[in-house]
This record gives sequence, structure tokens and C-alpha cells, in this order.
Amino acid sequence: MAVRACAGLLRSSSGFCSLNQTFRFQLNIRTFSTQPVCHSRSSSQSKVLLHFVNQNGMKTSVTGTEGESLLDVVVKKNVQIDGFGACEGTLSCSTCHLIFEDSMYDRMETMADDEMDMLDLAYGLTKTSRLGCQVTLQPWMDGMTVRVPQEVKDQRDVQETKSKQ
Amino acid sequence: MSTSYSFEFQQYGKLTIVHSVNACNLPQARHDIVVDIYERLPVPFGLVRFGVAPDHPEVKNVINTFTQTAHSERFYFHGNVNVGMDISVEELKEAYHAVVLSYGAEGNRSLAVSGEDLIGVFSARDFVGWYNGHPSNKELHPDLNCETVVILGQGNVALDIARVLLSPLDMLKKTDITQRALQTLAASRVRRVLMVGRRGPLQIAGTIKEVREMINLPGTKADLLPVDYDGIAEALNDLPRPRKRLTDKQAMGIRFLRSPVKVLPGADGKRVAGIRLAVKKLEGSGEGAQAIPTGHTEDLECGMVICSIGYKSLPIDPAVPFDPRRAIVQNNLGRVQGTAGLYCSGWLKRGPTGVIATTMNDSFDTARIILNDLEAGTLDMSIHKPGAQDITALLKARGVREVSFSEWEKINSEEVRRGEALGKPREKLLDVEEMLAVAWS
Repeated sequence: MAVRACAGLLRSSSGFCSLNQTFRFQLNIRTFSTQPVCHSRSSSQSKVLLHFVNQNGMKTSVTGTEGESLLDVVVKKNVQIDGFGACEGTLSCSTCHLIFEDSMYDRMETMADDEMDMLDLAYGLTKTSRLGCQVTLQPWMDGMTVRVPQEVKDQRDVQETKSKQ
Repeated sequence: MSTSYSFEFQQYGKLTIVHSVNACNLPQARHDIVVDIYERLPVPFGLVRFGVAPDHPEVKNVINTFTQTAHSERFYFHGNVNVGMDISVEELKEAYHAVVLSYGAEGNRSLAVSGEDLIGVFSARDFVGWYNGHPSNKELHPDLNCETVVILGQGNVALDIARVLLSPLDMLKKTDITQRALQTLAASRVRRVLMVGRRGPLQIAGTIKEVREMINLPGTKADLLPVDYDGIAEALNDLPRPRKRLTDKQAMGIRFLRSPVKVLPGADGKRVAGIRLAVKKLEGSGEGAQAIPTGHTEDLECGMVICSIGYKSLPIDPAVPFDPRRAIVQNNLGRVQGTAGLYCSGWLKRGPTGVIATTMNDSFDTARIILNDLEAGTLDMSIHKPGAQDITALLKARGVREVSFSEWEKINSEEVRRGEALGKPREKLLDVEEMLAVAWS
């Protein structure tokens, strides 16, 4: 859509995908964000420690850089989350859906309509859910724990097939 | 769009997986696994290529993820193979440890009203396939020489079609919509598109992003009847207010509580001239609300009717148990009933609704089920299975030549090259013969 395209910023980074070391272009669209977009190569940007908890409860700790989005971190640090970031940060899917601690969520900027529209379609939606591609790392997020959502529909499928038998 | 993926254990044999995102998971999860995909067309990606609207290019970014997977050493694409015709599911099961069917939903739910066969009545799938360059729809030639188009259905597909019909050409000509469609739209006289649905505003199947796009479309005013929203004002807090633009010459409208009774022919008796709708009223509320008849009807004048009332899967092989009522393969969590080593995934497993993320998550579930069966020994890995070797030999003997992923990439390059000349991301090849000629050149 033309509206989004004019607010876009094209960035390229090497080594995005550790699977086969291909170059990956990422279109980062932030239509309503008032947060500055920082280049991760700047050494004056703070490091932010993050803990990702996956669906099995396993914790992975990585360090991101202030100004990066959580999508950037997952890709660069190769955090293993199935199908994360399918639309590459263009607010066209909900695969980067993450759940935050109350205290962290409350400090974040309010969501734009665009993000809300996509988040509405996500599985396991909670009151402290956000799309990772729209959350930019700030120094106060240091030590933050982020959870990968449960897939609610699994349970529904099990119920469905049970009632049919 | 028949897509089946084969999944192979180097020591043991092959599994067939149907969904490309599924395959994403498996080669990573186990290093003794190889995946083979069988696809009817020479080109991969299914609905991401043929279903997603041309003005939603970001949604197609997922193709990059698919392509990454396809470049894995243990993944093979076999295009131009029609499972069910060139090769049977039984033959695949003999050659592989597991076969996964995820060929989606190719059929349409029938309108079942008189006049359905008149000229000017189309299924949404065919219309979308036409502007998205599906080889089966290249001879559709819809006549847009009328002022009003009625779309039956209010899901995202209906919204996409309405938007494509009324989008300014300046916007469309930069997309990967086919040149043929662009030329037809340039000559279009359509000024009004009405989306007609059985139930009320709270039951609309379209999602908010698409509804927003409709209301914000330049040059088009939203044509919504205030009476439709009586008594549900509170529920509409989230919907954007339609802006009245007096200079807008086009209108996109929604009509609720109407269901088709008959498609009305014009004077020649062959072409659609209107549609008769039964007026309904809503009983109950929320998802379970029912639309019941009031006995009244109304006629709408229109030159085209597009039925966007849902897709339906079709059985491709008598060996696979199929539930005709739900139009899906009979399965339990993706394990096809009554037969070991056969799975299904995606729309074929759950029914044809949901966005890419829905189906992607479903694929991951299917992959997990398969991995569970491998670990549990339900899939007997001690038997040797020949895999693609045998299948390719059979196909060759039957005069079928495959298209590999790198051959698809030649088609891809050609499409991008042609698109560049026109200022578009790509100009799709419409003809299977032409695709094959490029692939095998």
C-alpha cells in the first residue's frame, strides 16, 4: 500500500540467516513510531540482555543492541522460533508475536492501528502481547524476559476430534 | 494446486510433506531426513503466488523463507508432476516412509441458485486467479463493461476483489498484477462494487486491515447503510468511520442480511443483468448467529456476480479417505485415518480458512506429529525406501519430465526481467508450455 511505502526504510545486513549465510534484505516499516532508528553498528549504543522463553519453557539468553527491533535480534542471534518474522517486519503477518512482562509492556509506547490489526489475528493473544518487529530495544529493557506464545488452537483441535469419535 | 512434499531418510527412505513451511522445520530437526515436494505446476508457492492480492506484496515476503529452505541440500522440488494422475498416492507411499498431502482447496462452494451458469457469473477463485496469472484462468476474459458488480461474500477474498476492481490504475500498474488484467481494468466501466453477506456486521468474515483499506481507498467512497448498524453502535468503536468524499466517483458498499435466491438474466437470456436477494433477519448473536428468512426479496441491478462464499477441497486419489461433507481428508491431528504413513496438512486437513500464519502454524504441528511418530517408531524406519529415484523413473517411463527448483529459478528470473521493462516487480508467465520452455532451456 502506498501509505506504508512512503514511511519505509530499507536496510541490508550481512549474515542475517545462519542457515546458509545468505544476504537478506529487510524492509523495516515503522509508520507511527516516534523512536529513532539506530544503526546497530554504532558502539555508543547500549547492549540489552534478553531472555527468550520458548513454548517448552526453555530459556535462551542473547544480547541485543539499543535501537534494534526484537525481530532483528531473533534473526541476527538465530533464536530458534518456528516461522518467526515471515513478512520480514512489514506488518503483514503475526508470526513475530511475543508476550512481555507486565512491567515492561506498560512502559512501551502504545500500539499503532497497523500493529493492532495484525496482532488481532495472532494465536495465544494476551494482554501483554506485541509484535516483535515493532518493539525497539531501549536500555531499560535490559534483563527483560520475553515469551513465545502457546498455540491455543492445538487444544481446540484435540477437543474437536475427540467429540467426533 | 497440487503440492506434495516427500520426506526422505537417507538410511531408510522417504516421507512426503505437502507444505513448504513444514519442510522448513524437518530438515533442521533431523539430519537424516530428506524432503521431496511434488507440485502440479512448474512453479511453487501455491496461493502465496496465486491468491495474495497484487497490492499486498509484503505478504509475499514469506517466499524468501521458503526459498531458503528450498536451497537446503536435503530438499528437492519436483514441479510439473500431477499427483493423482501422473503418479498415485499408493506409489508414493511405497517409495517413501511418509507422505503428506497439502494440496489445499481447489474447488468452490456452490451457490446452488438458478442463473449460476449465466455469462458474467464467476467464482472468486477464478477471478483472483485471472488477475494473479494462474494458467487455468488465463482465458477468463471477464467483461467489465458494466457499472455495478455484486460480490457474494464479505471475507478477505471479497475485499481483495472489490479493492482490485476499484483501485486507481496508478497504484495497480506498479504491482505484479498481469498486464492482461491491467488492460481490462483500464477499460473497465465498473463504478460500484457491492459486497453482499447473509448475516450482520458483527459476523463479517473480513479482517480489520482489509476493511480499513476498503474505506481508505482513494477515489472511492464507502457506501454503508446506517440502518445496518442500529443497536450495535458500541461494537463499532473499533471500526473507522467512513469518510464521505463528495468528489469520489466510485463506491464500494456492503449489504448485510441478504442471501442470493436467483441470478437474473438480461433480455438475451444468457448474460447476468441482476440478482434477486432474500432479506434475512438475525437470530442469536456473535459467531453462532443464524440468518433466517423474512419472506421479502429485493432485486439488485448488476452486470457481474462474483461468488466469494468459500473454497472446497477435492479428492485426488480414491486411496485417500475423504469426508465429502466437510470436504477434507479424514484425519486425526493430521494422521490420515485408517492408513499408516499418510498425513495431511493445511486447508486439506482443517478446512479452507485462515491466513498464512494460521496455515504455517498448522504445518509446524504436522511436522511435530511426524517427528513424534518417527521417535515413537510408528513410522518404521528399518524398511528401506527408494524415494525420488523410483518415482522419477516411473514418471520418465510415463513421459513426465520434472522441473527442479533451479529450473523454477530460471522462470523466476525471466518473469522479473519482463517485469522490469514494465516497471513491475515481475510479469508472470501465463502459459504452462512457456514456463516449461524457459525451465528446460
